Amino acid sequence: MTNTDWPLWEVFVRSRRGLSHTHAGSLHAPDAEFALRNARDLYTRRGEGVSIWVVPSAAITASSPDEKDPFFEPAADKPYRHPTFYEIPEGVQHL
Amino acid sequence: MATAAHRAARTHTDGRAGEAALETAYKMAFDAAVAADERIEPRDWMPDAYHATLVRQIAQHAHSEIIGMQPEANWITRAPSLRRKAILMAKVQDEAGHGLYLYSAAETLGTSREELLDKLHSGRQKYSSIFNYPTLTWADVGAIGWLVDGAAITNQVPLCRCSYGPYARAMVRICKEESFHQRQGYELLLALSRGTPEQHDMAQDAVNRWWWPSLMMFGPPDDESRHSAQSMAWKIKRHSNDELRQRFVDICVPQAESLGLTLPDPELRWNEERGHHDFGPIDWDEFQQVLKGNGPCNEQRINQRRRAHEEGAWVREAAAAYAAKHSEEAGAERV
Ligand SMILES: [Fe+2]
Ligand SMILES: [Fe+2]
Repeated sequence: MTNTDWPLWEVFVRSRRGLSHTHAGSLHAPDAEFALRNARDLYTRRGEGVSIWVVPSAAITASSPDEKDPFFEPAADKPYRHPTFYEIPEGVQHL
Repeated sequence: MATAAHRAARTHTDGRAGEAALETAYKMAFDAAVAADERIEPRDWMPDAYHATLVRQIAQHAHSEIIGMQPEANWITRAPSLRRKAILMAKVQDEAGHGLYLYSAAETLGTSREELLDKLHSGRQKYSSIFNYPTLTWADVGAIGWLVDGAAITNQVPLCRCSYGPYARAMVRICKEESFHQRQGYELLLALSRGTPEQHDMAQDAVNRWWWPSLMMFGPPDDESRHSAQSMAWKIKRHSNDELRQRFVDICVPQAESLGLTLPDPELRWNEERGHHDFGPIDWDEFQQVLKGNGPCNEQRINQRRRAHEEGAWVREAAAAYAAKHSEEAGAERV
């Protein structure tokens, strides 16, 4: 068995408490435990993280890369979901 | 390169004409994204030549980081103090990390890690020629940090804005780590330069040997650089080889002065008119020779890399067997 038979993992690092985990990169490892250790050595050599998630890359389902994909269309024609859509008389505060 | 979206869309269009129209539409979207300084991401459509250029460049870059560990690792056991030894180990470990970031970036283009390593080991992909020079004295560790990492930084900072997202992101991470590499080298040389006369001479000798190869790191002159113009049009590259080389020379001259060392070029002088330093001709024959495999250490470097890979095989196999056994056990428990 060779190195490439090790699956690919995506690494997510929480840089400090109060922040969410952010994608840091990917790496190869034979199992989850090794993936965590490798991720620590690869992505947190200078205290960049307080918590790490590793996820098999194969487990990720992604949307199509095309930005004009109809998948995102439902959001495009609903400006009333944004606060700037509404006109409020001048001088009204805390709104 | 046909992406999944491309293939899916193709099934909805009729015949050749539809396909050609689709190809044109994708090409326009790609050109527009590059023109708008947006990033191209792995699953986007991209021209075949853009894809091939990126694979070649990122692979060569990754290989350079990994091979680059060797000349410096050569001095870890002989570092003059525990402090210097810890620093050097951390630096060499960083270079391994850089290689891994870059291999991951290359893999987003659909090449496997095994294929990349195969091509390195069989000489079908290259690594930076600079690492085919030997590290003869401890001062070479300083000269490498200051000049080789320094040249690398000059090259790499603009790559943080490269049009290919995964490569640009890897470069951001790498650049953050490189400044420690350069500073530790500079500090090391400074200590030697201000030390005994013998130590000072050792530092000067190292700078004399590394200066010209460092200038070659920026690649051939612009009028001879085969891929430059296209890479700049694609915004993979942001500055020409000569432009970056000049920038590096201008940065180094005052730094050498502060070190109390000289740069081995009698033609090096400030040109008031240009606002830059003029410097002597580079020996491109030497560059071509090293590139062809005739440098002092080409054979040693690649043999060492192959040996490390072969001798590490049992570790990879054991880890894989362990993982397989435990996933079987976990499966059995669930039943
Ligand atoms: Fe590096
Ligand atoms: Fe470095």
